[in-house]
Amino acid sequence: MAVKTGFPSAPAAGKPAAALSKEEVLRYSRHLIMPEVGMEGQLKLKQARVLCIGTGGLGAPLGLYLAAAGVGRIGLVDFDSVDFTNLQRQVLFETTDVGRPKIEAAAEHLRNLNPDIHIDTFETRLTSDNALDILKDYDVIVDGTDNFPTRYLVNDACILLGKPNVYGSIFRFEGQITVFGYSGGPCYRCLYPEPPPPGLVPSCAEGGVLGVLPGIVGTIQAAETLKLVLGKGEPLVGRLLLFDALAMRFRELKLRKNPECPVCGEHPTVTKLIDYAEFCGVRGEEVPTTVTNVPEITPRELKSRLDRGDDVFILDVREPHEYQICNLGGKLIPLGELSRRTAELDSSREIVAHCRSGKRSAEAVEFLRQAGFRKIWNLKGGILAWADEVDPSVPKY
Amino acid sequence: MAVKVIIPTPLRVYTGKQESVDLNAATVAEALAGLTNRYVELKKHLFTDDGRLRSFVNVYVNDEDIRYLEKDKTPVREGDTISIVPSIAGGTGSRPAFGCGH
Repeated sequence: MAVKTGFPSAPAAGKPAAALSKEEVLRYSRHLIMPEVGMEGQLKLKQARVLCIGTGGLGAPLGLYLAAAGVGRIGLVDFDSVDFTNLQRQVLFETTDVGRPKIEAAAEHLRNLNPDIHIDTFETRLTSDNALDILKDYDVIVDGTDNFPTRYLVNDACILLGKPNVYGSIFRFEGQITVFGYSGGPCYRCLYPEPPPPGLVPSCAEGGVLGVLPGIVGTIQAAETLKLVLGKGEPLVGRLLLFDALAMRFRELKLRKNPECPVCGEHPTVTKLIDYAEFCGVRGEEVPTTVTNVPEITPRELKSRLDRGDDVFILDVREPHEYQICNLGGKLIPLGELSRRTAELDSSREIVAHCRSGKRSAEAVEFLRQAGFRKIWNLKGGILAWADEVDPSVPKY
Repeated sequence: MAVKVIIPTPLRVYTGKQESVDLNAATVAEALAGLTNRYVELKKHLFTDDGRLRSFVNVYVNDEDIRYLEKDKTPVREGDTISIVPSIAGGTGSRPAFGCGH
């Protein structure tokens, strides 16, 4: 698909001609001496307004490179705080940032990196009520969010406002990158008309992300953003780039505009923002979709029973790599293997099943009860609750 | 026709961690049927109860989306690659990308 390059709205007509200071000329000299950017391109960057939705794994490298490149106005949207588990990949944050609002730490670091640019902060969750208002003042929107409702919201808002949406998403060690809604190209709904229904998402046994993966994907988003602003090169429009970090392989698939797309098609039926939680069945958020009414035991009760010397058999239904992080010395049978390994359990003994937070083990208890086990309990809150209530030396993950 | 089906990361848990599966098929439908016969668990993730491909799963023959070819009747040739590409939402990695909240 041939795509016309050139960013329509920057620099806007009527704006005062920007100029670079002596310090800026020095700072951007490696851009200025390449003809693909040059003074003209650097001034386009200075006048550009880019909104980064999410300052996490994707937003961190994105923000850093956009700020370093001299994008004149960068908006940041996030409502989260920095926690220890973020530091493995969210390179915008430092250990001393833990506990701070992400938006505050991110803005501070980006201003330190480049004091000549302007950072706008929106410490809020993007919603159907505020999205159009937040997005409208920016030239390019970059989607670095982490859930389906917000991704559909960002897409629809971009289409309604006619803004390009630089999209990136990641799963474990695999990424997807493309540019939606640009120059007549397809949108997210052309690619995926609907999100997955609840219940068809992989279990938490399949979680985790290779720390460098969002770095690579977010950096590609930054490259596409700069290209859109500069009007140079061939934007990633109508092409879905797939990246597999383990195979270290990039693949490219054709992405077509769906003439029947409800948002960007010939006869759109979505003409204003909708309720995206409802559209997505609130998936992407924590939803207790599974078993809740199985017999439970609290970590303290279990501790006192074990201290009394009661014969309680502990069944750990997590994955082997999780067992290596921490365990209660229980027998390890991952939930996915339980049905064919049931015979390894003695139904005459009292069994307490646990996992990380109590969800998988509730399924295990339910399954075993149906298999005839009667003396079985779920450890309420899993090994995380055990760490909180009984043994603080157990590491949480 | 010998074709290769590339399994995306989120679905590899249902294919015994295999990244790709080699099959003999004349159409996409045959290839996917062969795949889900071999890996039964995969079926509900690819197809609705009435047998339609799920709307958050796209299938490509080489680099073309079968929705713009002949859908599941799209013929495949010797050496073709079929890619299954599901929607993924992850971005921060702080909570499971695919939507698990635990």
